[in-house]
Amino acid sequence: MEEPKPKLKLAVYWAAACGGCCVSVLDVHEKLFDVIAAADLVFWPIALDIKYKDVEDMPDNHIDVTLFNGAVRNSENEHMAKLLRKKSRILVAYGSCSHLGGIPGLANFSTKEDIFRRVYEECESVVNPENIIPLSEYEVQDGIIELPVFYNDVRSLAQVVEVDYYIPGCPPQTERLIEVFVAIVTGAEFPPKGSVIGAGNKAQCDECIRKKTENKRIKKFYRSWEIADDGETCFMEQGVLCMGPATRAGCGHRCIKGNSPCRGCYGPPSDVTDPGAKMMSAIASIIDEKEPEEIKRVLEDIVDPAGVFYRFSLPVSLIRRKLS
Amino acid sequence: MKRITIDPITRLEGHGKIEIFLNEEGEVNNVYFQVPELRGFEKFCEGRPVEELPAIVAKICGVCPGCHHMASGKAVDVVFGVEPPPTAKKLRELFYMAHFVHSHIAHFYALAAPDFVVGPDAPPDKRNILGVIEKVGKEIGMEVIKQRRIAQEIQALLGGHQTFVVMNIPGGVRRGLSEQERDDIINKAKGFVEFAKFTLNIFEDYVLKNNKYVDIILNGPYSLKLHSMGLVDENNKVNFYDGKVRVVDTEGKELYKYSPSEYLDYVAERVEPWSYLKFPFLKKIGWKGFVDGQNSGVYHATPLSRLNAADGMATPLAQKEYERMYSTLGGKPVHATLAMHWARLVELLYAAEHCLELAMAPDITGKELRAPLGPIPGEGVGIVEAQRGTLTHHYWTDDRGIVTKVNIIVGTTNNNAAISMSIKKAAEGLIKKGVEVTDGVLNMIEMAFRAYDPCLSCATHCLPGQMSMILEIREANGELLQRVIRN
Repeated sequence: MEEPKPKLKLAVYWAAACGGCCVSVLDVHEKLFDVIAAADLVFWPIALDIKYKDVEDMPDNHIDVTLFNGAVRNSENEHMAKLLRKKSRILVAYGSCSHLGGIPGLANFSTKEDIFRRVYEECESVVNPENIIPLSEYEVQDGIIELPVFYNDVRSLAQVVEVDYYIPGCPPQTERLIEVFVAIVTGAEFPPKGSVIGAGNKAQCDECIRKKTENKRIKKFYRSWEIADDGETCFMEQGVLCMGPATRAGCGHRCIKGNSPCRGCYGPPSDVTDPGAKMMSAIASIIDEKEPEEIKRVLEDIVDPAGVFYRFSLPVSLIRRKLS
Repeated sequence: MKRITIDPITRLEGHGKIEIFLNEEGEVNNVYFQVPELRGFEKFCEGRPVEELPAIVAKICGVCPGCHHMASGKAVDVVFGVEPPPTAKKLRELFYMAHFVHSHIAHFYALAAPDFVVGPDAPPDKRNILGVIEKVGKEIGMEVIKQRRIAQEIQALLGGHQTFVVMNIPGGVRRGLSEQERDDIINKAKGFVEFAKFTLNIFEDYVLKNNKYVDIILNGPYSLKLHSMGLVDENNKVNFYDGKVRVVDTEGKELYKYSPSEYLDYVAERVEPWSYLKFPFLKKIGWKGFVDGQNSGVYHATPLSRLNAADGMATPLAQKEYERMYSTLGGKPVHATLAMHWARLVELLYAAEHCLELAMAPDITGKELRAPLGPIPGEGVGIVEAQRGTLTHHYWTDDRGIVTKVNIIVGTTNNNAAISMSIKKAAEGLIKKGVEVTDGVLNMIEMAFRAYDPCLSCATHCLPGQMSMILEIREANGELLQRVIRN
């Protein structure tokens, strides 16, 4: 008889995250019993063992697969990223924040000082005459207590350590995670390191459920509340900015099904380097104007282009952050 | 001087840490409940078109994204100076009731029940959701998963994205409900009502009929005399989606009742150098420190405070349970922290009943989903009750609706001071000279903050459902005296 294969050792960790990625893992529902049957969860702070020290005590490469979600915002996030890199055979950047910087990455439009000033001094409900701000070390009557150091920049996981694979999405579609998990457990062949897995290769637009006429041109862009969406025509062809052209397929069109345009959480498809550059060319090709002045007028309809193009990807984009 | 560090506890919008300092006698001197995380939404929402905010702020929390989406949607309506049409308002509320059903079910069965159904001093490896299922039967366990899944299906139908709802648009919603979909929701909501009643029966059988548990709830080190906050409708009944914020004092007398736009006159926030999370307090009383009592500015915003702050529930079955809870616990207001679990189940029944009412409303399938927009007044406050407390979003924009400033007071944040004090009180009551700090002691301390459900719901869908802790007791010089590990 064949020896039973040793169970897979799986870890899930969150850094600067909202918990949505962990919920997507938990949303396997009854299949959780199958996951537990095939894998030992050796580290999962929300669910099981949260002892950092136990991870430190593990031999290097002890964990087979770590799903790391959340961006790197502070010193604790960075420490855990480096530790889990060392202890994991395969480190997966799981979800938009870890993959691209995500929504917390929008903070790179500001500096640490801007954020602290707003949150702890200027917020209208704050009463703080002594201008107290949280400190990484603070001496209380009984001793010194510590907080992680808040960095000036938000970084993606790959900007801190080497990453083996990326599973995109905010959060990743649970069905995609199950596919990846089954592939790992059955020993299926994996793409080269550094690949995006658990998603499509094409753009959202190529698989969109909305109707597209291909040659439609527009003379104006609208904000969502300026027009009545017909519920079935391509958003771009209705003049509503949609990140579909610059976004990888695979999410199941969840926002589109809710009659809301795509905002790019799956990141750019493989053949696109920068979502902003791709969007500019998509926009240029749909504008029904020839004169530079007219094109400029249409482009002015687009408010906050950087905040839309890089909604989930500012830290890894060409612009990366606001220069201070 | 000795020092106890519990790091990390688990999720409080991320990560949490407790530092306990003991005096020479081995008694608790001071406790610090630290939140070591900040992401800065208030800052990076600036410059965004305001209609994008309901989707952006939902990412504050993947556990209760629907609450932020709703508070934000309401604030955006005010920024545009509009009220959504009745159908749109009902659809939002319908979504919101499903959001509450899902969250309250998860919290009770996976987080609270292990302490009561299995027992506060049961072996740690039994004190989890599996232990609960073992005790009540697998059939019930499957029913819990099923009901939570159904609540999520309703949210996905109305909200698009299964986690990060995208339904709100200025002045309304993006998607309506067909007759067939409505009929389906009616059936599902009937199931919720039955399941909520069933859950209250479980609470009755396993908790209320056990004198030891009732004694822990009423007489354990878990009681703080705090003011109570909650949203109420025009009849002063509990409401999750809309109404005025009512605050009653420690004796149950109304202190204030204010509209969302007036919140800055009533609530203020304090900053401490040892936590990234601010400490809200009642502004007119002022910050008097980490103390409870009638003269303190500290309040709580929880299922129990909502029931304390209201005159009753707006649905018949929940009203009966409301009356039963207060008559059992000795009248209003109740200050027993652990009674939050009971209050949460009364709310579960209300959410289920109201979900059914809304699904049966004739105009829920109406076609008027968005109100016409006029000029942009440029400032708006939206308040809802999140599962974990009163949630306030306040936006300012320029005349094009581009955000210039944002202020947010999150549900759990309201309770920051209260949670610190509850942990301190439990620690003081349990850690004494000559008493060994055991796993049981750890769990009893943990129960103090678990009652607040401080955004721990993530942990609820999971199997073991039990937080681990390391507790280290050190001399002030760092020398390790005792280490207790609980998995």
